Amino acid sequence: MRFKAELLNAEEMRRALYRIAHEIVEANKGVEGLGLIGIHTRGIPLAERIARYIREFEGKEVPVGILDITLYRDDLSEIGVRPQVRQTRIPFDITGKALVLVDDVLYTGRTARAALDALMDLGRPRRIYLAVLVDRGHRELPIRADFVGKNVPTAKNEVVKVKVEEVDGEDRVELWEKEEA
Amino acid sequence: MRHLLDFQGWTRPEVENLLDTARVMAEVLERPVKKVPALQGFTVATVFFEPSTRTRISFELAARRMSADVVSFAAQASSLQKGESYKDTLLTLEAMGIDAYIIRADSAGVPHQATRWVKGVVVNGGDGRRAHPTQALLDAYTLLEALGTLEGKKIAIVGDILHSRVARSNVELLPLLGAEVWVAGPPTLLPQTLPGARLTPHLEEALAEADAVMVLRLQKERMEAGLIHLQDYIAHYQVTEERLRKAKPNAPLLHPGPMNRDIELEGTLADSERSLVNRQVRNGQAVRMAVLYHLLVGKER
Repeated sequence: MRFKAELLNAEEMRRALYRIAHEIVEANKGVEGLGLIGIHTRGIPLAERIARYIREFEGKEVPVGILDITLYRDDLSEIGVRPQVRQTRIPFDITGKALVLVDDVLYTGRTARAALDALMDLGRPRRIYLAVLVDRGHRELPIRADFVGKNVPTAKNEVVKVKVEEVDGEDRVELWEKEEA
Repeated sequence: MRHLLDFQGWTRPEVENLLDTARVMAEVLERPVKKVPALQGFTVATVFFEPSTRTRISFELAARRMSADVVSFAAQASSLQKGESYKDTLLTLEAMGIDAYIIRADSAGVPHQATRWVKGVVVNGGDGRRAHPTQALLDAYTLLEALGTLEGKKIAIVGDILHSRVARSNVELLPLLGAEVWVAGPPTLLPQTLPGARLTPHLEEALAEADAVMVLRLQKERMEAGLIHLQDYIAHYQVTEERLRKAKPNAPLLHPGPMNRDIELEGTLADSERSLVNRQVRNGQAVRMAVLYHLLVGKER
């Protein structure tokens, strides 16, 4: 793969997440009944950071859960390699809550769909929002994000790599291009 | 893994990876909706040439909890009674588009043979005296839950070792996770050798400082065959509260069931807090969900 561009640096990433945190509180009219759900892998630290920012400016704790969508993927019976299943841990009752699903990149919409199915099996939330750091387009399902850090029109042969300190040792979003075989 | 027949050729990371998946499945079983769509479109057959209740139901529930379609074959109510062979039975099922076969048989090797007859994946649901791998996996899972690790732990398996596929599979699996396995039973019910285990006819020796004790069912037919006398067995091999004092304090007790209370195990112990029997049954479903996930997902169809 060939490196094409830096889409967000650490400071821009922080600002985007900070803005999303404000937008979430605004949309929910406060933090009452709010819960954040980070989708494995990089959605988890992003959800934790949004919760931290909300605590900073609202002085209130918003609970954070983690969700693995592997068992809900719609291509499980077709894929050639078995994906590793990871823990789902939501330490609060989601019924009646306003949940924010947090992921790093929104692309085809299939991960978001799987996450919605998984959440419905775990309880009955009042409503579900979707927050993503990068929306790169190319949706295959009628799904859109409520909160977006950055919209990036991409080509299909491009790859958006979100790096987060907690997983990758640095905060940065990069655009790469797949080279022809 | 292509099939699950026994643990020959298995590595520790493979076992740990499977048990990690079982942990996720255990969490699914605690949800309000105990079902995920992971195996939608697959068909699983439980093919039991030998009767069973808990293993068959456990596998069927595991498959259904993953959204697979399930068909159940029981020899007692089938064309086997009309002289159909194991092979023809399986080929008939194969023609109906089965993806996975859970096979139990009273003779060793039937699941192995089945892998040559059918294209689907085969899981050994217990064959003769040879192996019962998912029972060993759920035992290992339950032991890990109770002890945290099996590294350097002494596990005592007590009872009719000679005829026990559960003992054999545990003796294959537990040392892979670092456990030291001792087996104890009357000399007539002990094999000559059992690679992976320390054998002793002295119950106290196996129980001494044991971190956990697995008690096996004493089968009536062994008494009829004159291999043991019931009263002698109870006198020398029944796991009692007093004998358990030799083991580590609060060492957990396992039993694969069905249990003969007050024969192989003192009845009060079976109901005590040390008994993990119900945990074993519960964990069995999670482990079998993990096995089906590992065998079916990503497989070429």
